[in-house]
Amino acid sequence: MPESYVPRIIYLLQNSGFSFLQGALYTLVLALISTFIGCVIGFLIGILQTIPIRKKDPAVKRGLLRVMRAVLTAYVEIFRGTPMIVQAMFIYYGLAILLSKPLDVWPAAILIVSINTGAYMAETVRGGIISIPDGQVEGAKSIGMSHWQTMRFIILPQALRNILPQIGNNLIINIKDTSVLFVIGVTELFSRGKSVAGAYYVYFETFTIIMVMYFIMTFTCSRLLRVWEKKIGGPQSYELATKDQLTLTSGMYTNPKMVEDN
Amino acid sequence: MSEQKNPLLRVQHLAKSFGLREVLTDINLDVHENEIVSILGPSGSGKSTFLRCLNLLEMPDSGEIYFKGEEILNQRLSENKYRAHVGMVFQDFNLFNNLTVLENCTIGQIQVLKRSKAEAKDKAIANLSSVGMAEFINARPNQLSGGQKQRVAIARALAMEPDLLLFDEPTSALDPMMVGEVLDVMQRLASQHLTMIIVTHEIAFAKKVSHRIVFMDGGVVVEQGSPKDIIDNPQHEKTKEFLAHFNHA
Repeated sequence: MPESYVPRIIYLLQNSGFSFLQGALYTLVLALISTFIGCVIGFLIGILQTIPIRKKDPAVKRGLLRVMRAVLTAYVEIFRGTPMIVQAMFIYYGLAILLSKPLDVWPAAILIVSINTGAYMAETVRGGIISIPDGQVEGAKSIGMSHWQTMRFIILPQALRNILPQIGNNLIINIKDTSVLFVIGVTELFSRGKSVAGAYYVYFETFTIIMVMYFIMTFTCSRLLRVWEKKIGGPQSYELATKDQLTLTSGMYTNPKMVEDN
Repeated sequence: MSEQKNPLLRVQHLAKSFGLREVLTDINLDVHENEIVSILGPSGSGKSTFLRCLNLLEMPDSGEIYFKGEEILNQRLSENKYRAHVGMVFQDFNLFNNLTVLENCTIGQIQVLKRSKAEAKDKAIANLSSVGMAEFINARPNQLSGGQKQRVAIARALAMEPDLLLFDEPTSALDPMMVGEVLDVMQRLASQHLTMIIVTHEIAFAKKVSHRIVFMDGGVVVEQGSPKDIIDNPQHEKTKEFLAHFNHA
């Protein structure tokens, strides 16, 4: 083992570089999958929480809706209000007892990060839905659209656009916070660093590498998300349809010449 | 309008409160097919709330609404189905900001009426043409002027081929330059045998196109009758007072 800082880093990269890269890949995959599932959970809860409870509805339906809201609120509060590292232990060992066998690490890891992200995303989506003016919902209602149709075609596409920065934020948080999953034995980037540092007794150099690798991942993601945000904004201009030969702008007029040509 | 067959819409004893404030008290109104009814009245008289109750955007506290003879408030008939038959044009347009002009006019047809995309597009373009907006099918609402938005909103409502069309102060959010283009479109609709209920402050327009005028104040119908009777010869003090503002303006 070399004596000084830079040679040590080079040495570690030569010997454990592949392991680090693999760890980084695991981290990235885990963060991406879990953020995606978390978003789906968040959107589902957002839709369910905004189902209107009307006086006209039968008592059973109103009761069920109230119970559902209470359950979803409890989920959000509990998973937002406890550390993910504790949730990881709780769920991993809890499920092992429940299923009376130890869980595979990967499904457990995805489950933990997804439901944790879902709790945050539920609030984010709710905020996104609230931020859309009431007029959009009323416009949709006025042409007979159902709650689901209104959400699917009108509200969520607009809400998604508004909360995209927050989704990006969650992805970045997940890239970093999946590091706590070393406690259940996920071999992501941090745990790779931990074992390499322990094996060589070089902590500072190892975690210099690990830190730079985390930063490269989060920074790249944040830049890519910016590009996506711009893209989803849509075109700034539009074309007048008169330039489009296929649309009828002045009634049902058929050019006789075109008919002859056929 | 004489008492011919059953009215298209019959409202009986409709009442609505917001908290302790009663905004509508015992409203009764019949609207027949092909009839154009304008509702006038000072701000806060409950006319907009009344119109929103007709489309169930506000739920009335009591009373009945019969549409084509069917009671719609208490029975479990789907609100959405009913709303598909009753178009609404809003003061603030309420166009869907994430969709193009064309999509605004096709989404309801495709999703609610289950029309094919091609049919929906044809109908949308026909209706957009009739309001002079066919050129703008690729535009998004935020790229249009207020008058253009309102014309698209009218086309969106028309594309659903509703039996009844409600207008909630359709020109109140427009600057004077644009009021004319929207009123022109509405006047053309009036000559096409549509059934319309119009809440408006445009007295001259209401007088010109309506078969009947309803004057509301303080959550009650003060008087109603032909445009001539109500506007040229109002009986009630409140109506006189209200109309006097417009004559002096």
